[in-house]
Amino acid sequence: MAKVIVDGIEVEIANGSSVLQACEAAGKEIPRFCYHERLSVAGNCRMCLVEVEKMPKPVASCGQPVADGMVVFTDTENVRRARRGVMEFLLINHPLDCPICDQGGECDLQDEAVSYGRDTSRYDEAKRAVSQPDWGPLVKTTMTRCIHCTRCIRFSTEIAGVPELGATARGESMQVGTYVEKALSSELSGNLIDLCPVGALTAKPYAFTARPWELRKTDSVDVLDAGGANIRIDARGAEVLRILPRMNDAVNEEWLGDKSRFSVDGLKRRRLDQPWLRDGARLRPATWDECFAAIAARIKAVAPSRIGAIAGDLMDVESMFALRDLFTSLGSGNLDCRADGARFDASQRQFYVFNTSIAGIEDADAILIIGSNPRHEAPVLNARIRKRYLASPTFIGHIGLPHDLTYPAMHLGTDPSVLAALTDGSHPFAATLRAAKTPMLILGAGALARPDGAALHAAAWALAAQFNMLRADWHGFNILHHAAARVGGLDLGFLPAAGGQDTRAMLDGGVDVLWLLGADNADIAAIPPETFVIYQGHHGDAGAARADVILPGAAYTEKDGIYVNTEGRVQQGFIAVKPPGSAREDWRIIRAASASLGQPLVYDTLAALRTRLAAAHPHFAAPAAFRRLAATDLQGPAPGQVALSNAPFTAVAANYYQTDPISRASPTMAACVAAHSPADNTNFGLAAE
Amino acid sequence: MLNDSDRIYQNLYGAGDWHLPGARARGDYADIGQILARGRDTIIEEVKASGMRGRGGAGFPTGMKWSFMPKQSDGRPSYLVVNADESEPGTCKDRDIIRNEPHKLVEGSLIAGFAMGAHTGFIYIRGEYFNEAARLQTAIDEAYAAGLLGPDAAGTGWAFDLVLHRGAGAYICGEESALLESLEGKKGMPRMKPPFPAAMGLYGCPTTVNNVETIAGIPTILRRGAAWFSGLGRPKNSGTKIFCISGHVNRPCNVEEELGIPLRELIETHAGGVRGGWDNLQAIIPGGASMPILNKTMCETQLMDFDSLSAVRSGLGSGAVIVMDQSADVVKAIWRLSKFFKHESCGQCTPCREGTGWMMRMMDRIVQNQASMADIALLEQVCAQVAGHTICAFGDAAAWPIQGLFRALRPLVESRAVDYQPALAAA
Repeated sequence: MAKVIVDGIEVEIANGSSVLQACEAAGKEIPRFCYHERLSVAGNCRMCLVEVEKMPKPVASCGQPVADGMVVFTDTENVRRARRGVMEFLLINHPLDCPICDQGGECDLQDEAVSYGRDTSRYDEAKRAVSQPDWGPLVKTTMTRCIHCTRCIRFSTEIAGVPELGATARGESMQVGTYVEKALSSELSGNLIDLCPVGALTAKPYAFTARPWELRKTDSVDVLDAGGANIRIDARGAEVLRILPRMNDAVNEEWLGDKSRFSVDGLKRRRLDQPWLRDGARLRPATWDECFAAIAARIKAVAPSRIGAIAGDLMDVESMFALRDLFTSLGSGNLDCRADGARFDASQRQFYVFNTSIAGIEDADAILIIGSNPRHEAPVLNARIRKRYLASPTFIGHIGLPHDLTYPAMHLGTDPSVLAALTDGSHPFAATLRAAKTPMLILGAGALARPDGAALHAAAWALAAQFNMLRADWHGFNILHHAAARVGGLDLGFLPAAGGQDTRAMLDGGVDVLWLLGADNADIAAIPPETFVIYQGHHGDAGAARADVILPGAAYTEKDGIYVNTEGRVQQGFIAVKPPGSAREDWRIIRAASASLGQPLVYDTLAALRTRLAAAHPHFAAPAAFRRLAATDLQGPAPGQVALSNAPFTAVAANYYQTDPISRASPTMAACVAAHSPADNTNFGLAAE
Repeated sequence: MLNDSDRIYQNLYGAGDWHLPGARARGDYADIGQILARGRDTIIEEVKASGMRGRGGAGFPTGMKWSFMPKQSDGRPSYLVVNADESEPGTCKDRDIIRNEPHKLVEGSLIAGFAMGAHTGFIYIRGEYFNEAARLQTAIDEAYAAGLLGPDAAGTGWAFDLVLHRGAGAYICGEESALLESLEGKKGMPRMKPPFPAAMGLYGCPTTVNNVETIAGIPTILRRGAAWFSGLGRPKNSGTKIFCISGHVNRPCNVEEELGIPLRELIETHAGGVRGGWDNLQAIIPGGASMPILNKTMCETQLMDFDSLSAVRSGLGSGAVIVMDQSADVVKAIWRLSKFFKHESCGQCTPCREGTGWMMRMMDRIVQNQASMADIALLEQVCAQVAGHTICAFGDAAAWPIQGLFRALRPLVESRAVDYQPALAAA
């Protein structure tokens, strides 16, 4: 620890910290443009200059390490003069076009100019202006506004691992760009917009839509992948305008995937805003009562064993809990939350969560990825693996379709036969795993959805046991889900009861009445024509097209809901806007249906529902509490009936950008798919066509 | 005046053979085994005692710089990097060393590498020095063929490899950390200090960067002894230095002289005097483009060494003496330097990136009699806002010529502005 005196305030700070961190510890605000906690230090903006006793020149506090006994002054006349000078230099070539700049109101340069800017310009020469390159559908560039802080370059090189940005030319002519004009190919490119301290990089879909002070900000949780990134929903009136990441070091740090950020325009399109009822070959608008009556008539006409429900990928815990309660009271055990048709042993929580935890990745020294492409299935989590790789030597092996994962991963093979080779030690990576102190494996949920998923599940567990991943102090067995609802559903036991049917059986005609709770990604085409399908959801997607009754539900921005991410972290999102038209929150719809079915649920309010939920599943009582599990069961999950096959692993989705009803309805996501044409070497799953 | 026998560079003008036999005839490599046998600590002490200061411009004591290198490796190799990116306008000393005494540099690299525990040395040579690079490579090849470099360099048991790397011709790559970035294959942009290269330099390993003239002088110092070298020149400014005299003199030349020689004597003895006589002198830039200019009065008594020149707020720099007589438009000359610095700014940090262009444009207006007295005052403030606020010394280098002009020749500048009235908007 070093003792540093900042403006007379003594602070103790770890050796190796920067002067800027010491100043912050002392509660002093240091203006900065290039410095960012999660990026390497560049020291180029020169805004954070401070005076240090016995140093002749002002020093850049971001790059200067502290020394014991250092005396720092952050607010002397010299410091202010230096900062005013830097600010003047930044502004001479910056177009003062704040009124037409989207960054206005949340611009670091604008804010600091209030403190350090002059009231008039002394610069009488010609200003610099440069062209506006096209970086694809997400990031809008106005490079004339660029102040060359290089945050974007450092982010794409260090965090995203897609080093496609750089500076060309030098001096005044220096330009930040992609060398050859092209669309950004990182799945994390939206974060460049947050990082850019000025209006050089702004959100293209959001351009000229709103000013930040007009927006109502609501905390929520992202549901477009299973990482559970913390988000802030910015809405104006009844419209969600944009989604930004919130900081949570345990989950997403401060990053957000492009799909999660830019699918918002899908929330306004193809929405189900009123109930529909099938009338012959066509659906017709109906009232809620008509729909409930039709449902009641069908359900009462068949035996309880002939009704079933499948919960989809985006559902909140409360609605699944309510639907499970309803089906239990109707006497049916035909429930499954694994809409992808996966069959695996979910009898213990450690069998189906990301046990190491996302932050725990940073403690691993060897990582084996099986049947997953984390770059597409959970880009923010993938960035954490890259962070681990950069921090110290980490051996990463990958079994599945070869992909550029943004870090060097040894490609071990494309099919499960590698697992046997690792088990008997004939594969060289086995030695790596054996030598590792904290090895972990990541099994993709896509692999679990294979016909031999249960066998794969058991084989992966056996592998984890063999390579010392299952210990009281270290749990290295991880399932990487891609559906935000999955762990919540499994936690609730939204699974076939004894003798009940699973997803595959229900879809294949095992039931006469099938309730699809937002289950658009299930194999809808397999449902026989005579099955009566109730679709409850928010988008006119695959499920609604097949439905006999449509109950319009709420998207994740339109309801208070609890979600459990892949690591089993219980998080709560809040309602940002009301559902459109006569659509309602999903648990309310189920509550209303239960009344018309003559089995009214015992709760009338969300609070009552949650009380009952917490009573049944105590870990939902305290959403903030999260504990890593110790490995306790070395027997592992049951291997199921289907033997392990050597069929190669396949991709979970055709591309990263369109995986669910919201992103499929989003024009921005469609533009992203178009921008990354098959000729593009980033291989978005389209290359085969 | 320096005795011929005291000159380190006996073949500076290329009269003799620059190849290995010629170099050996002049005494190079003569007792190299004996020199290395003294051990690294003794060599560093000897260099410290000689008072050798870096010849690249900053004048940092060489022996002290070497002593910063780790005595015990922590697993990382140490590197010697020789800065041959001689780009300071007016300077051409390293060029002649490489052309005519390349083996002095090769031998010096071996000794310096040994003294700092480096088994590999890199020479980063300016891209425009094509012929020089070819000659230096030939010299290195000769040394390898003669066993003077390689796994058992000169039979001393010390493994030493020397790699020549050609730059692409950016001025900023002469700054040591930008040079290292460029050597690593990145964009030549200076690094933040600390960490200093001796702790984390090339590829993150301990590195010392020395100028060509510094390294090439080392073998002679060690042969003739620290006392000989420190006996030349003035206290704390000992030894000899190659001065590059150019501009309005009768015989522009490179000449090795004692530090501390009076400027007037230097010019009159070696360069044939100022064109049209001493009284025709207007101003002199004493140390390369980035050093503040001196007016005639200052030149009369000026001594040419590090401390005497910094006492008048100028500097010895690279030792490039640029002489301007009464026919020169000094303001325009300084504008041309501003243009150079604007062109060569790397663009990394704000004051230099934005300030060099601003300074150049204002100088442009002064040259064209389009600036007012207020503009001159503003330019002075802009210079002050750049100098001392940047990552590397380039910001200072860009501001100093203008600041020096204002200090030494202010009436000349003001005469350009005194009549100017900004055009009023047509009422």
